[in-house]
Amino acid sequence: MADVKTINLTIEGRPVAVAEGTSLLEAARTVGVLIPHYCYHPGLPVAGVCRMCLVEVEKAPKLAPACATSVAEGQVVHVHSEPAREARKGVLEMLLINHPLDCPICDQAGECELQDYTFQEGRKDSRYKEPKRFNPVEDFGGDVMYVPNRCILCTRCVRFMDDVAQDPVLNVSERGDRAYIGKFEEKDLTHPWAGNVVELCPVGALLSKDFLNKARAWELDRTASICPNCTQGCNAIIETRDNVVVRMRPRANADVNEYFLCDAGRLDYRWMNGQNRLDLPKARQGGALADADWDVALGAAAAAIRGKRTVVVASPMLSNETLHLLARLIKATGGAGAFRVATGPEAPLPGVKDLALRAERAANVAGAELMGFTKTDTPFSGLVDGDVLVIADHTVTDADLAAANRAGAVVVIGTTMPAGLSRVEAVLPITNFSEEEGTFTNLRGRVQRFLQAKAAPGLARPSWFVLSDLLASLGQATDYFVPSDVFTALASSHAEFAGLSYDTIGLRGLPVLGAAQAAGAAP
Amino acid sequence: MGYPHAPHARETLVLSKYFGDREAIGLDGWRKRGGYVALEKALGMTPADIVAIVKDSGLRGRGGAGFPTGLKWSFMKPGDGKPHYLCCNADESEPGTFKDREIMRWTPHALIEGCAIGAYAIGAETAYIYIRGEFTEPLARMEAAVREARAAGIIGPNAMGTGKRVDVWVHKGAGAYICGEETAMMNSLEGRRGNPRIKPPFPAVAGVFGQPTTINNVETLAAVPHILNNGAEWYKKFSRPDNPKSTGTKLWSVCGNVARPGNYEVVMGFPFKDFLYDLCGGPLPGRKFKAVIPGGSSVPIMNMEEAEAALMDYEGMVAKGSMLGSAGCIVIDDAQCMVKQIARLARFYAHESCAQCTQCREGTAWTTKIMERIEAGQGTVADFDTLLEIGDNMTGKTICVLSDSCAVPVVSGIQKWRHEFEAHITGKRCPFRTAAAA
Repeated sequence: MADVKTINLTIEGRPVAVAEGTSLLEAARTVGVLIPHYCYHPGLPVAGVCRMCLVEVEKAPKLAPACATSVAEGQVVHVHSEPAREARKGVLEMLLINHPLDCPICDQAGECELQDYTFQEGRKDSRYKEPKRFNPVEDFGGDVMYVPNRCILCTRCVRFMDDVAQDPVLNVSERGDRAYIGKFEEKDLTHPWAGNVVELCPVGALLSKDFLNKARAWELDRTASICPNCTQGCNAIIETRDNVVVRMRPRANADVNEYFLCDAGRLDYRWMNGQNRLDLPKARQGGALADADWDVALGAAAAAIRGKRTVVVASPMLSNETLHLLARLIKATGGAGAFRVATGPEAPLPGVKDLALRAERAANVAGAELMGFTKTDTPFSGLVDGDVLVIADHTVTDADLAAANRAGAVVVIGTTMPAGLSRVEAVLPITNFSEEEGTFTNLRGRVQRFLQAKAAPGLARPSWFVLSDLLASLGQATDYFVPSDVFTALASSHAEFAGLSYDTIGLRGLPVLGAAQAAGAAP
Repeated sequence: MGYPHAPHARETLVLSKYFGDREAIGLDGWRKRGGYVALEKALGMTPADIVAIVKDSGLRGRGGAGFPTGLKWSFMKPGDGKPHYLCCNADESEPGTFKDREIMRWTPHALIEGCAIGAYAIGAETAYIYIRGEFTEPLARMEAAVREARAAGIIGPNAMGTGKRVDVWVHKGAGAYICGEETAMMNSLEGRRGNPRIKPPFPAVAGVFGQPTTINNVETLAAVPHILNNGAEWYKKFSRPDNPKSTGTKLWSVCGNVARPGNYEVVMGFPFKDFLYDLCGGPLPGRKFKAVIPGGSSVPIMNMEEAEAALMDYEGMVAKGSMLGSAGCIVIDDAQCMVKQIARLARFYAHESCAQCTQCREGTAWTTKIMERIEAGQGTVADFDTLLEIGDNMTGKTICVLSDSCAVPVVSGIQKWRHEFEAHITGKRCPFRTAAAA
C-alpha cells in the first residue's frame, strides 16, 4: 500500500486526496459529492455508457465521464457547472423519450434512480412528440421479470452475469434505440445469485416476481440486519410494511458480501411472518398446559429445572446473546447443549472472494459452537432418563421424539410449539430473529449485529430477556436491561470476544479472535 | 484511376495504377509489376528506419482521422515483452466510400505487402485484415492472395527467407458500420459484440487481446510500399507547395448526382472545383450541383460556394468548413430534397448506433423521427431548436463519434438549407415531391 501515490485535486471546490487510479466518481464520493450515474456500480466493471456522470474538468477539451476518468494531480473538477448540468439534463431527456412514465404502476417508483435524478436536475417537460418504442414484458426465469420499455440499457445486469456470477445469460440484443436486454438461447436467470440483477437495475426494468405489486417503496420500513439463512452472514436490509416482512435486500459490506445477496437468502423471509406462533406463556396446570402469566410460566420452568441436569437443544438461528445465556443455564445445572443444522448445496458467487450460499443453512453455527454447543445430527441423544430438556426454538422431528421424550420434564422456549412432546412443564414464547436485536457470528468468526425489524406477536418476549428472567428465577445474577448488556457480559466471559461491544462492532461487524487488534487499529 | 473509366489525364496513379488489370490480382502478375520488392527491402532494414521514412514522408491515416502514420507506429514500444499486433481496417463502412474495396479487389498483394511492412515496423508478428461482411468479392480475393503469399513464403514463419515471422490473417466482420471504429473493430475481431471501447487505454497500450496494437486503414498501408520504393521525398512532392502537412496521392470515391461516378486518385491539394467539373464530368445533363459531402457521410455538408473554393487535402477541406474524412464524396444536385437526403443519413446512423451511449442510442433515432416528420410535411418551427439542441447533446459526449457524425449533417443542413426545411414546414409537404408528381 505504501507505494500507491496520492493524488491531490479539487472537486466542487473541495480539496480531495485519493490514491492514484481512483475514478473521479469515487474521489468525489470521498468528499460527499454525488455525481449522478446509472451504468456505474462499484461492484461491477466500468462500462462508461450511460454518459450521466459527465463532469467538467478544467483545461480538458470535453466533458469527462467521471466513472471512467482517473484522477490526475491538480485537476479542478466541476460537477454542477452549467455545461455539466446541461449535459446531464440532455441525457435525462434522452433516457425518458422511450421510457413509459408509468411510475404509478411501477414497482421501482420511490426507489428509482431515473425518477430521482429527473426530479433533481431533469427538464420539466419533454420535447419528444413521436411514438415510443415498445417491447413486451418477458420472463427472465428465476425470480426476475424484464420490462424492456423501462430499460435504460445501463448493462449493469449484463455485467453482473458476465463478470460476477460468471454465467453469461444476458446480453444487449439489437442496436440503436431498438436495443434491449436479451437472454441467450435456452438460458434463464436461474443462477443462485441471479436475483441481484433486480437490485442492480437502477430503474423498474428488472423486477422481482416475488415482490411484484406487493408494496410501494415509500411505505416500507427498513432495518439493518443480517441474512439469517446460512452461515455466510451477508449484510441485509429487512423491509417491512405494517409489521410484515415483504422483502430482504443486500446491504453493502466489502468484508462479507460486497453488494450482493443470494436468491435462497433473499427469498427465504416468509417464516419471519409465520402465523403459527406461540404468543402466550403456558404452564402445566392440572395435567394439561394452560395459558398463564409470564411469572407463573417462568416459575413453572424454574421449578422444573431446579436441581436437575439440564440438556439444552438450541437453534443455531439464535443470537450469541441468547446462546450465551443458555450456556449459563447449562453451566448452572451441570448439563449439556447441542444443536442440529440444516444443510443444502453450497453455491459460490465466483466474482467475489469467499462469498457463497453456504452448505449450513443457519445464521449462527459458529456462535453456537463458541458458546459450547455441540453440532450433531442427533441433538437429543445426550438425554439421560430424568434430565430436564430445554428446547430453545430448535426443530423436533418425529425421529427426535423417542430420545426427546426420555426427559423427565420439558421446557419449551420458542416461537412455535413442537408436536409430539410429552411432559412439557412450561412454554415460554420468544420473538423470532426479525423481532429482536442481537448478534450472529458467521463462519469466518465475524460478529455482526442485527436490529429489530418488526414487533412480536402477543406476549412473546425477546429470547435474551426471557432467559435473563429464567436465570434470575433460578437465583442467578442477571442485570440486563438491553441486549448490549448481555453482549458485554458475553465479551467479558469469552476470550474470543474480548474487547468487542455493540459500539465497536457497529453495523458492519468485526471478527472475533483478533478483534482486539482490529479495534486497536481503528481510528 | 479510373476504373470503371479510363484514367483521367490529371490523375496521379500510384495506388490505382492497376485497377481493372486482371493480371495484377495474382501473385505472378503482381511480382511482374514490382510487387514485394519493398517488403524485401523493408525486412533488411531496422524497424526504426522504416518508421523514420514513413514519418518523413508525411503519410497520414486515410481512414478519416488523418493521424500521422509514422507517429502512430512510433507509439509501439519495441522490447516491451508483449506481443504486438497490426490491424488493417478494411471495414470501409463509411457511406459514400469505396476506395479500399477497389484496392482489395485489384491489388490484394499490395495490401498484404503493406501489412507485412507495417507489422514488421511496429514489432508485430501478426497482422489482421478486418474486412466488412458485405465485401464478399474483396474477401475472396484477399483470402486467395494471402494463401498465395503464404505458399510462396512471402509471409509466414520465415518471411521471404529472412527468418522473420510475419503472419497475415483475413477476418470477416458481420457488416456493422460501427466496426469501422477501431476499438469496436478490435472487439469484433476478438469475437465480442462490436462496441467501441473507452479510451484510454489507447490501442497502442492495450488493443486487440489487450496487447499493444496499431490500426491502419487499407489505403494507408497500401501506400507504404510505394514510399519505401521511391523514398519519402518522392511522396512529399505530391502536395501543394504552401501546405506540407498533407502529402501523397489520395483516392476519392465519387457517387451521387454526377456524370462520371467512380474512384479517382489525385495529389493532395488538388482543386475541388476542377475535380468535380473536369474529372468527374460535372452535373448530369440539365442539372446543377447543390451540395457535396466530401469525406464520407460523417463530415459537414458543403454548399457549392464552399466546395468550389476548396482544396482537396486535410487542411483545405477544414478551411472550407468540412473535412477530408474518408474521401467518400457524395454529390447532390438541385433535383434532390436536402431534407430527405439528411433524413436518410440520420436513419443510417440510427440503424447503426451500437446502443451503448444514451445520447447516441436515443438521439440518432429521435433525430431521424423528427427529420422524417419534417420531410413528410408534419414539422414545426420548434423542431429547428429541438434538432440543434439534440445535436449539441450528441456532440462530444459519447465514447465514439458515431453520434457526432449523425448530428453533423443535420446541423450543417439546417444552417445551409434552412429555406428547404421551412418550405416543408410552411407548405406542409415536400416541395420536391410535388414537383416530381406534377
